[in-house]
Amino acid sequence: MNPTLESGVLPDWSTYGVVAASAVLAAALLLAAGAFSVALLLILTVLVAMVVTYTWSRRVEGPRRAKDRLVTLAIVAAFGLALIPLLSLIFEVAKRGIPGLSIEFLTESARGQIGGGGAAHALVGTLVITGVAALISIPVGLMAAIYLTEYGGGRLGRALTFFVDVMTGIPSIVAGLFAYALFALFLGPGIRLGVMGSVALSVLMIPIVIRTSEEVLKIVPNHLREASYALGTPKWRTITKVVLPTAFAGLITGMMIAVARIIGETAPLLVTTGVVDSINSNPFSGRMQNLAVYAYSEYRTPGVFKQASYDRAWAAALTLIVIVMVLNLVARLIYRRYRTEIR
Amino acid sequence: MGAIGATRAEAEAEVGKTEMKVTTTGTQPAPEAAAAADGRPAKTLETRGVNLFYGEFHAVEDVTLTVEPNKVTALIGSSGCGKTTFLRSLNRMHELTTSARVEGEITLDGQDIYGRAVDPVQVRRLVGMVFQSPNPFPTMSIYDNVAAGLNLNAGRVKKTEKDAIVERSLRGAHLWEEVKDRLDKPGSGLSGGQQQRLCIARAIAVEPEVLLMDEPCSALDPVATLAIEDLIGELKSKFTIAIVTHNMQQASRASDITAFFNLEQTGKPGRLIEIGPTEKIFTSPAQQATEDYVSGRFG
Repeated sequence: MNPTLESGVLPDWSTYGVVAASAVLAAALLLAAGAFSVALLLILTVLVAMVVTYTWSRRVEGPRRAKDRLVTLAIVAAFGLALIPLLSLIFEVAKRGIPGLSIEFLTESARGQIGGGGAAHALVGTLVITGVAALISIPVGLMAAIYLTEYGGGRLGRALTFFVDVMTGIPSIVAGLFAYALFALFLGPGIRLGVMGSVALSVLMIPIVIRTSEEVLKIVPNHLREASYALGTPKWRTITKVVLPTAFAGLITGMMIAVARIIGETAPLLVTTGVVDSINSNPFSGRMQNLAVYAYSEYRTPGVFKQASYDRAWAAALTLIVIVMVLNLVARLIYRRYRTEIR
Repeated sequence: MGAIGATRAEAEAEVGKTEMKVTTTGTQPAPEAAAAADGRPAKTLETRGVNLFYGEFHAVEDVTLTVEPNKVTALIGSSGCGKTTFLRSLNRMHELTTSARVEGEITLDGQDIYGRAVDPVQVRRLVGMVFQSPNPFPTMSIYDNVAAGLNLNAGRVKKTEKDAIVERSLRGAHLWEEVKDRLDKPGSGLSGGQQQRLCIARAIAVEPEVLLMDEPCSALDPVATLAIEDLIGELKSKFTIAIVTHNMQQASRASDITAFFNLEQTGKPGRLIEIGPTEKIFTSPAQQATEDYVSGRFG
């Protein structure tokens, strides 16, 4: 007789069944030992489920499928583990931040307020500082990425790649001190300007823009460039009319990620833009508040009503998270809308 | 040799000069004799002692041949013998590969296309190319794909004029009837054969003199292949055509002249073994290697 294609197989409910049974067993064990806690229960459940699944599957299905089930369980558990801090962080910030959120919080500054006021000045500052940083970084970073993928390859290209790698590793406070030193050199010590913060953030943002744009431009297939050259198109027009449009969705996503990465920076802004209570939307004149520094200073030096200050700090953190999430969402929408099928 | 950069009208005026040269050398028919009744005289591509390199690797050795105007020249030979590399040297695409090098002389109606003062961009305007796999621009509509050459080459073209060129090119590529109602749809939504005809329309929209085709049917089914072959037969009334193919039936069906490339062994450069009228190459070739290859006895 021919060898059969069929072999033993576990019932469909086996995965959930085993996990549920393991949870019960683990709970019983912990209660018996008198050391019950949620964390221990979860860990023990996973361990018991892995052992039971593996032995059961090995007897019925053979070693290959048993290993497959074991690894699947391990990976799902690891995923859950990684999700815990993220979810708990969002939950915690939302729980503590919502009480401090109000129309007043988003529309009023803290000028002349004793233990009250809003964070509009910080919101404006965050948007202006980040916007100016993006205005500086995106053209520089994009052009550097174009150079690296379309022209570079020589010694300059390799040097550029090397220094981009080095820049990625710069601690953010160093970027802040660099911007401070640069402006202090021309405008004297003690200077605090919004644009200084933007310059500091650019130092952090440029390498991210270069790296992500470079990766995206690399996957534009070469046959599209050749098709364009074969029509007698000059190189720079090939880049602007064929390469960049093809990579558009990916480039936008990369830039949004870069913005999201720097929008919450605190340390470099602490030394460059200073702390202030009133709205200032001119990056070239005077101090400028921003959400991250606002949250920090509300928590460190609370006003007369301590709890109100803490609430405002959490609300500022929540606002920052919402801004980043919206940016990510917009990036995803743009990507879906404009992505081109690349073969 | 600045005339490569000249406008089309000037370039056509050049034809007169070349005719004299052609008749004195006497190696090929004068262009106007070769041009079909409804066509236009295209240009002659000649190579003399062309050697092609990738860095240290010698890919093609000493090729001297003529791609005659208003005829289809097929380049056949086994894989890796340098047919495609040679084809790419004819419109200066070869040099786009890092460390690729060209030695020898390639002339378009007597003008050296590798001259020091010659702009490769201008050469490629006169010598168009269709690639192995269809590669329409994914971000552009069918209309914009055909008009790409016009749009990409700076010069302002009026909308009505552009419409006319797009329609003429799509008709020329036998695609008009199939796509006329969805010109604004993306080109990537077409079938493989339609995409390849779209790429041919794109190539002929800029009115080149010579059309190079690098295995244009290798990704297509037999029906689409036949459509492209018919098209090639028609296009030769306007263009000089060189086509690389692995398919010997295709070479015998679609070409007037066949050039057989071969390499002695892997690592050695490919060479031109024999070139002649297609009929002769397929029935009574002069070289034993050619006979072995076309009869399928090739090792």
